[in-house]
Amino acid sequence: MFRFIFRRLLGLVFVLFGVSIFTFAITQLVPVDPAASALGANAREEQIQAYRQELGLDRPAWEQYLIYVGRVLGGDLGQSIRTRRPVAADLWDFFPATLELSLAALLVATFVGIPLGLLAALRRNHWLDGVSRLIALVGGSMPIFYVGLLGLGFFYRQLRWLPGGGRIDATLKPPPDITGLFTIDALLAGNWPLFQNAVWHLILPALTLGYFSAAILLRITRSSMLEVLAQDYVRTARAKGLSERMVVMRHIFKNALPPVLTTVGITFGGLLSGAVLTETVFTWPGLGRYATTSVSNLDLPAVMGVTLIAAVIYPIVNTLVDIGYSFVDPRIRVE
Amino acid sequence: MLKDALRRLRKEPLALAGLFLLLLFFLVAPLAPVLSPFSPLEQNISASLTAPGSSYWLGTDKLGRDLFSRMLYGARISVFVGLAVVTLAGTFGTLVGLVAGYRRGWLDETMMRVTDIFFAFPGLILAMAIAGALGPSLRNALIAVAVVLWPVYARLVRGQVLVLREREFVQAAQAIGVGHWGVILRHLLPNVLGPLLVQASFDMGATILTVAGLSFIGFGAQPPTPEWGVMISEGRNYITTQWWLTAVPAGAILLFVAAFNLVGDGLRDLLDPRLRR
Repeated sequence: MFRFIFRRLLGLVFVLFGVSIFTFAITQLVPVDPAASALGANAREEQIQAYRQELGLDRPAWEQYLIYVGRVLGGDLGQSIRTRRPVAADLWDFFPATLELSLAALLVATFVGIPLGLLAALRRNHWLDGVSRLIALVGGSMPIFYVGLLGLGFFYRQLRWLPGGGRIDATLKPPPDITGLFTIDALLAGNWPLFQNAVWHLILPALTLGYFSAAILLRITRSSMLEVLAQDYVRTARAKGLSERMVVMRHIFKNALPPVLTTVGITFGGLLSGAVLTETVFTWPGLGRYATTSVSNLDLPAVMGVTLIAAVIYPIVNTLVDIGYSFVDPRIRVE
Repeated sequence: MLKDALRRLRKEPLALAGLFLLLLFFLVAPLAPVLSPFSPLEQNISASLTAPGSSYWLGTDKLGRDLFSRMLYGARISVFVGLAVVTLAGTFGTLVGLVAGYRRGWLDETMMRVTDIFFAFPGLILAMAIAGALGPSLRNALIAVAVVLWPVYARLVRGQVLVLREREFVQAAQAIGVGHWGVILRHLLPNVLGPLLVQASFDMGATILTVAGLSFIGFGAQPPTPEWGVMISEGRNYITTQWWLTAVPAGAILLFVAAFNLVGDGLRDLLDPRLRR
């Protein structure tokens, strides 16, 4: 067991090392001088030179990389050229918004995708199956940003049922910062109206982002269920007179679950990509929007920071899922 | 075998519909200049925001450009985008996977750890960072997406090769003195083409979606290019009033991507008899 965990963690360290090199390499691709672009067109040559020195851009690449890694290990991701704040502080502020949105979307995906997939498999070739498969096909083929725009146009502009963007109304004060998730913090503060407002703002973005993942979960659940349905032990369970409910929940669903759970884990990483587009559409102040603005402003320290963090979250989640699995399913450890 | 595949395909109406749609798009794309009633960039302010009708089949945008013509030219761009990215990433990834799986040992280990690094990044964020760093343009978006995509092929092919290389026909080829590259190209590659084709079909769709997304947020094709993501971005403020501005390009993306997904599903079922139900 310990050997398994150790090997996984060692692999993680290697990946994170590679991620740091790659993130750094991306910034070396930039064809324009970030110092010059940060200071604007009116800057004098001496000013640009001084700023280059301040940013350490005058040193050779390998030296810049070593300095960068040294700083990152100390928790310093540099200073954003655009916000003039430490990148780590920026990310700390923007991360909870993305986490809240991703968790809500994962909730939508799980509660829509898995039951629909289950139903589709049990009612195979029934019209319910057809509808479910259509939902999955459209979900996997529709641009997520168009779904978001449609939702906004219909439920906000036309019907005025749901708010048009942001995490809470602009007139409201955010709840005291405990978890950074507005819904949870509002509840903890006992502020019911604020909680409602935060949930109200979360609905459209979470549905938009969740629909895409729901489509994936639906497909996996359906095919995994169909595979288990064909097994001999299912026939045996039915033959010995178990109720259909018992057969489905105990024998079929339980055995169909592992690939579904793996997909939930993988989906979480995909949510970060989807968040870039969803956050842009819904002016949601999360990592995705931070990434987009940083890239368009060529704010290199911020781009490096956000790419690094995004690339760190995913393998860590994956490693945790793997280790968690090895407790549940001993066969994985042997492999 | 081809006859058998076609016969089975006829029993899969969805895959057949997907194939038909694909053929339509691939036919329309190169013929865009012939089929378009207007130039995709030609402005006619007096006809601005015309609803779909007899003079403009799918309506016009705020600059009075014909959406049908822009949609057709957009198909040309998307076909090119999908083919270019999947060919680039597929070729490179397949080569890496073939070599890694065949040679095994430290080379395999190193190459797979490198793919791990690429898998760590959420695709769109990495693509956006690369496209942004290189400067926003359609070409750079293609490069960025290809960089994100190749490890998928490396992993897929390597997994297949690890199994194949233990098979008798490979060992027989080695025994009669076929060189490494001969074994790789003549015996291993043809046997991984099936799964590669399935993956490529799904990735064509996914690539078109990703590049449209990059263009939508400003890191891909730039206006006034008639690219579908750009068109949705340009029409976003008219979504409730002049719905066709966004519905036309979004509908085109939906149909094209769905076609690739349906064909991918169909191909997978054809190639893997266990999944045929």
